[in-house]
Amino acid sequence: MKLWLKIVCVILLFYSALFAFWHPMAPGGLSVSATEFHPGRNDFFLVGYSTHFLSEKDNLQVFVSNDSTTIFCADVVDVISDAKVMVSLFLPDTISSTRFGFFANTKADGTIIIDAPVGNSGFTVVPGFQPDECKYKVANEDATSFGFPFQPVIMESIRNLMWHVPMWFTMFALMIMSFYFSLRSLSIDADEQKVRFDLKASSSAVVGLLFCTLGLITGSIWARFTWGAWWTNDPQLNGSMVVFIVYIGYFILRDSTPDGDKRIRLAGIFNIFAFVLMVVLLMVMPRFTEGLHPGKSGNPAFSKYDLDSSLRTVFYPACAGFILLGYWIYDLYFRIKKIQLHEEEQI
Amino acid sequence: MKKNRFSFMLLMLALLLSSPLFAQDGLEEYFYQSGKIKVVIAVAMIVLTGIFIFLFGLGRKLSKLEKRIEAGNKK
Repeated sequence: MKLWLKIVCVILLFYSALFAFWHPMAPGGLSVSATEFHPGRNDFFLVGYSTHFLSEKDNLQVFVSNDSTTIFCADVVDVISDAKVMVSLFLPDTISSTRFGFFANTKADGTIIIDAPVGNSGFTVVPGFQPDECKYKVANEDATSFGFPFQPVIMESIRNLMWHVPMWFTMFALMIMSFYFSLRSLSIDADEQKVRFDLKASSSAVVGLLFCTLGLITGSIWARFTWGAWWTNDPQLNGSMVVFIVYIGYFILRDSTPDGDKRIRLAGIFNIFAFVLMVVLLMVMPRFTEGLHPGKSGNPAFSKYDLDSSLRTVFYPACAGFILLGYWIYDLYFRIKKIQLHEEEQI
Repeated sequence: MKKNRFSFMLLMLALLLSSPLFAQDGLEEYFYQSGKIKVVIAVAMIVLTGIFIFLFGLGRKLSKLEKRIEAGNKK
């Protein structure tokens, strides 16, 4: 591996690791302390995340939507901190629906939305009822705050995108290399070249499997704290587990056949089969089935909405950095294996 | 002897899994503090640990090879 590639790899990984943690989160809504609304005054706290309630005290507007057409403006009683505000909401006897949504406007944060289930008692529900509306801007798009997008359940763990997903990209890159080397080892006649390509194929598959393992473990942890279980029946999860086992099968097959032409041919053909299976299970199948990964039913990767520009500026360098790191480790592994083979031949 | 060690490791694992950190609520609370940032730290540490374990194994392979080559040269 060329020195400049190693330097690029180090710079990319430093940059992405640093910004994966350093970059702030965009403002978002966290929770509402109200449990039940009744006609008249309702006092409750509204909690945001990385919002600027205190510094934007004068511009702060809090309102509650009821039905998709009506909003009730709440009075800001006390701004406790940048993330917490106490509000008082006056509700009439008649409302148009029992669903409430919570909004807070500031110049810096734009409109943050909290979707919390709140009960109600003592109201007359008349669908389509129009009370005297207040005139707050429902979609305030002047936000000047920046950061990784805040999503209610994912929260800060959106930063895992820079750790978990590059594992799979690196594995893919290494498996593509392994596939290519296997093809070469099958198509070349010269014995020495054949052995060399077979060794390259198995070396890159070993390192690919390392990244597959890391992807599985990190994905399992991320799943536990966003989806609620260590393992779920997501097609991508099951597919990657199958791919993991198939590649282990590749090593077992390769190590259990005696040295020589037969081993190279068997391992090469199995590797091609494993690669095709990987593409089918990880790239094709998830497009046709329902799952928990973002951008499902159509695209196994992130959609435009999920991967905004602030994530891209860190995510792509992280992928490139980890792919280079994978190549680097593969290079070391292959060279050690090559010397080992050479040594064995001399004995 | 080997069997003993294995059962000891199983016992340790059982103890670890039953520790307060891994109790259902405790675990959730611990990792949900400050917006789940601890999940990211855990994931990043696992990535580093995995790569380092692999590198350690690679180093061991290399030193074995070194010894063999040195032994071969002496002959």
